[in-house]
Amino acid sequence: MAAERGAAAEALVGQVVLPGDLLLLPAHYDEDAEGERLRLSAGAAPQGRLLCGPGLRRSGAGLLVTKCGLLRHRPGGGGAYWVDSQQKRYVPVQGDHVIGIVTAKAGDVFRLDVGGSEPASLSYLAFEGATKRNRPNVHVGDLIYGQFVVANKDMEPEMVCIDSSGKSSGMGIIGQDGFLFKVSLGLIRKLLAPKCEIIQELSQLYPFELVLGMNGRIWVKAKTVQQTLIIVNILEACEHMTSQQRKQALAKLSGN
Amino acid sequence: SLSPGDTSVLAGLYGPAEAKISKELPDRAALEVLLRPKVGLPGVLERSREQLLRQTCEAVVLGVLHPRTAISLVLQVLSDAGSLLSCCLNAACMALLDAGLPLSALFCGVTCALQPDGTILLDPTARQEQEARAILTFAIASSERKVLMATTKGSCSVEEMQQCLAAAQRAADTIFQFYRDSVRRRYSK
Repeated sequence: MAAERGAAAEALVGQVVLPGDLLLLPAHYDEDAEGERLRLSAGAAPQGRLLCGPGLRRSGAGLLVTKCGLLRHRPGGGGAYWVDSQQKRYVPVQGDHVIGIVTAKAGDVFRLDVGGSEPASLSYLAFEGATKRNRPNVHVGDLIYGQFVVANKDMEPEMVCIDSSGKSSGMGIIGQDGFLFKVSLGLIRKLLAPKCEIIQELSQLYPFELVLGMNGRIWVKAKTVQQTLIIVNILEACEHMTSQQRKQALAKLSGN
Repeated sequence: SLSPGDTSVLAGLYGPAEAKISKELPDRAALEVLLRPKVGLPGVLERSREQLLRQTCEAVVLGVLHPRTAISLVLQVLSDAGSLLSCCLNAACMALLDAGLPLSALFCGVTCALQPDGTILLDPTARQEQEARAILTFAIASSERKVLMATTKGSCSVEEMQQCLAAAQRAADTIFQFYRDSVRRRYSK
């Protein structure tokens, strides 16, 4: 039992970790007084900061695992450790792009349901080209693609549909028609990876428009309703299918 | 797969979700446990078990990361063949693990039956529970096998309780290994 405490972090990268496991960091991080701060000594290159990502918490000598999943490591810039876990419930994080559903208009602010524990707020001025006279045409029930500018555990999350330079860059009200459905957060992260196979294979099947929200919501629109539903079914089934089964299913569909 | 007659409990976890204003806590998540028996309406026994489960879960869930939210755990008893409370504890822990809630440690439930001649029986069946002199249920945490919750039905001496506790802590290793194997199987796909 005592031996279970504190396994070296590098040894467990790529393996399943459970909450309560303690990860020990390599010795040269512990030499600093705090172990994870930039050293401000003139002349010496900073050691870099170790980033403690989702699923991990700093505790005493090392990192405490708080979620079960696979431990991942990124060596660049001081290094980062995080736990890759499967989850369906979304917790708002600053900077995440999400799809929200407008539930209410309260004066100058829209209330959006983003799938978290409380509704997010979106000001009507947070759209590209919006002024007090030129209000955006948003109704209750509309879909909005935006990003979080404020999202922490203590405050109500706030969204905007413009980036820091004032351009919309793809955000804003999502058009008419199409189909919105929910998948797990892990599938979204897989689909957002660069050169995702699933998206490439689907794009060879039919042309379609796709919006992925980090809160697990996907909006799809293809030329006909039948094509849209086929794409929706494939994306939903991708969670459980292996790539082999997926290729078979797509081959059957493109043959028809 | 379980053979018929074994104790089984179905657990569902919802959260962190929006809490009612009357129930929300300003600095941590409000955890609520609902235990539904197989037949009949929940009674006093279910309520007391819900409180035991709630206090155990609150000790491990990092509620400070989700203030003003509500976490609901619903347990449905499918079949009861003895050691129900420890089965509920194990189901609750696996539900917390599966939902991805931040936990500081895992816990498991172990039931010990103390028979009239003094022998200790782990995970007793319903018949063994009835014949036993005392039934002790412990919730053991994964960090250094600390005891999170202990409840006793019947009478036993302090030494006997210590012996049961030691046996339960040894048995907890098997259960934690089972958790690890299940999670490994899930993430291997």
